Amino acid sequence: MRRLQAERSRAERARLKIFLGYAPGVGKSYRMLDEACRRLSRGEDVVVGAVQEKQSEDVQALLCKLDLLPMAEFPEGHALDVPAVLARRPQVCVVDPLAFQNPPGSKNLYRWQDVLDLLEGGVSILTGLNLLHVEELSKKVEVVTGKCATDTVPKSFLLAADEIVIVDVPPDLALSRLGEKLTSVGISNERERQLSELRELALLLTAEVVEAQLIHYLREHGIEPLAGMQERFLLCLTPCASAKAMIESGKRNKDRFQGELFAVYVRPPENSEEERAAIRTYLAMAREAGATVEVLDSSDPTSAIVEFARQKCITQIFIGHSSRKSWQDRIFGDPVQKLIRAAEGIDVRVFPH
Amino acid sequence: MAEPNSGRRGSLKLYLGYAAGVGKTFQMLADGHAAHERGADVAIGYFEPHARPDTIAQAETLGHVPRRKVEYRGRAFEDMDTQAILERHPEIVLVDELAHTNVPGSERNKRWEDVQALLDAGIEVWATMNVQHIESLNDQVWQITGIRVRETVPDWIIKQAGEIVAIDVTPEALLNRLKRGAVYGPQMAQKALEGFFRESNLGALREMTLRQAAHEVDARQAAYDETTAPPDTIPNIGNEKVPELARERILVHVTADPSAAMLIRRGRRVADYLQGECVVVYVHRTPVFADVPTDERAKVEKHLAFARNLRIQTEVIQGRDISETVVEFAHRHQVTQIFVARSHRHLWDGLRRGNYVEEIVRLAHDFQVTVVADRSRRQVS
Repeated sequence: MRRLQAERSRAERARLKIFLGYAPGVGKSYRMLDEACRRLSRGEDVVVGAVQEKQSEDVQALLCKLDLLPMAEFPEGHALDVPAVLARRPQVCVVDPLAFQNPPGSKNLYRWQDVLDLLEGGVSILTGLNLLHVEELSKKVEVVTGKCATDTVPKSFLLAADEIVIVDVPPDLALSRLGEKLTSVGISNERERQLSELRELALLLTAEVVEAQLIHYLREHGIEPLAGMQERFLLCLTPCASAKAMIESGKRNKDRFQGELFAVYVRPPENSEEERAAIRTYLAMAREAGATVEVLDSSDPTSAIVEFARQKCITQIFIGHSSRKSWQDRIFGDPVQKLIRAAEGIDVRVFPH
Repeated sequence: MAEPNSGRRGSLKLYLGYAAGVGKTFQMLADGHAAHERGADVAIGYFEPHARPDTIAQAETLGHVPRRKVEYRGRAFEDMDTQAILERHPEIVLVDELAHTNVPGSERNKRWEDVQALLDAGIEVWATMNVQHIESLNDQVWQITGIRVRETVPDWIIKQAGEIVAIDVTPEALLNRLKRGAVYGPQMAQKALEGFFRESNLGALREMTLRQAAHEVDARQAAYDETTAPPDTIPNIGNEKVPELARERILVHVTADPSAAMLIRRGRRVADYLQGECVVVYVHRTPVFADVPTDERAKVEKHLAFARNLRIQTEVIQGRDISETVVEFAHRHQVTQIFVARSHRHLWDGLRRGNYVEEIVRLAHDFQVTVVADRSRRQVS
């Protein structure tokens, strides 16, 4: 029984750490194996379950210090030997690369599934991943580079990792490690320009994972995260205000800030067919612009909007201003003014009519 | 800025991190070492004497320019010896902690100013800094961590850099380093763990670093495209050039109120992201600016100097009605957005003056009004 408990707590302690790079030559393998060696020198039991075939001299020097386990052989190739690693019971196992399709006859189709088995068995993992192999990004990378990846890892796997670290180097340095001539500081040619685009994608992906982890951490500690580092725009749509300029601006801001776009419509208890038609058009436009659209039912638009904004960690609210004042506005106050007062901590951008 | 006499200006490369101990200096020295191996003339201009042992080991193979010893109020300090570096004139010089403030009485106030002199002389500079030292992020850093960072670097220095490298490490690994004593001594480490080095702070600053680096990388792609692409073509995905007409022009309306600094920072940041321009405007109702009460004038002048330090154009204009004057100026200068602070005034004041924000919104027909959030501390952990 005690052994079982020990086993379970060991399993809970098993951690997954991913080293993400945007292209070959950035030095993922080196960073990962360097960490493996340092952990070994601090007394942790570290083994290498899988490594890339071609290695630089630096990486080979690090590998010499580590215990390399043999791979499982199959007629059409080799795979990470999960049963052998589990039998050896190390604390940490290095698996590089993470994106790998196992040969026929293996238990799992993909190596990332092997990694899940090891984690379940209580073995912590250090693993390397190239941006090209992130399933949701592989299309984008293909557009940039023309390279297509078949062995991919789902993004949800990255979001579930305990730790993710990006290995960021300037493109010219990455290229120089692949044997090309080193150029001056900054982007010097088309090839570097292309890599720079992948680099941006990798930085943003890492930021996304870091933010998800942070929000999770804060909520776990009973703190409602209010302001994220990511800019998030909320468009408040109504049937009367002209929403076209607002939606266009929202899209442009989302793109430039590499942020997120939301749009809400607060549906009153009753509205006319004319109003319903207008709002349908605007909601469709917002969706087209890449916004996450929601319709909220409430008779108190200000509270509904602010509540939604807080929940989504919105940093900027866009709202239209009508110069005509209805009798309700005269009695209850201008809705724009009410929103500005209620949305403390959030920028409110008013679009003229 | 004066043209360097030696011809080409040196380029700047920044190692951007989010805390002490993430490995900025280590990476800079490792890259410096590699450049030295390739035959480049690399010298260390300044690196923190409290550096970590493996960092010191990295530094030993490179040449140092000895630090300058300065005495201030009876105490001995050591600072970067800019003059000695200029005389030594290496190809590449490595400079730690770009945000550092020099000892009073030094030729220049800030290390980034020393770096300008080195760049002007045609020396390539590699430097380290943390994301929280970027001026326009100051309020957000305060909002998230509760720490008001005093030593800042204006955003145009970051823009000036030809290359930004993000130095990433997970907070877990950083906290381990700290607990092992690899970053600070034991007393300092304990203090750090309770304050700045809380996991939530580190996570937020790390995200900030990654997003900033992504933005910088993106901006450099756009700049490269502008130099290479023929006009009338859309060069690459996701980086369409902004047509001149659609260019965002942000007017930041400031008063003597302390919220002006926050407004200016936000204006700078938004303008940079939208590849637009920014102008700071102050309106006085007195016939001349000199008639504004001394106390108020001093505050306004401080805000305007701050804006100019961030390379924002400033305008002091006269007008009987403040909202009308601002709106009229905005029309004349094709402004697309006005930034104003949230009004903290009470109802009676609103009745007396009319609501200023409402007034501007009412008058603004062809531009937007952004009521900027007061990013004072709201998130506690």
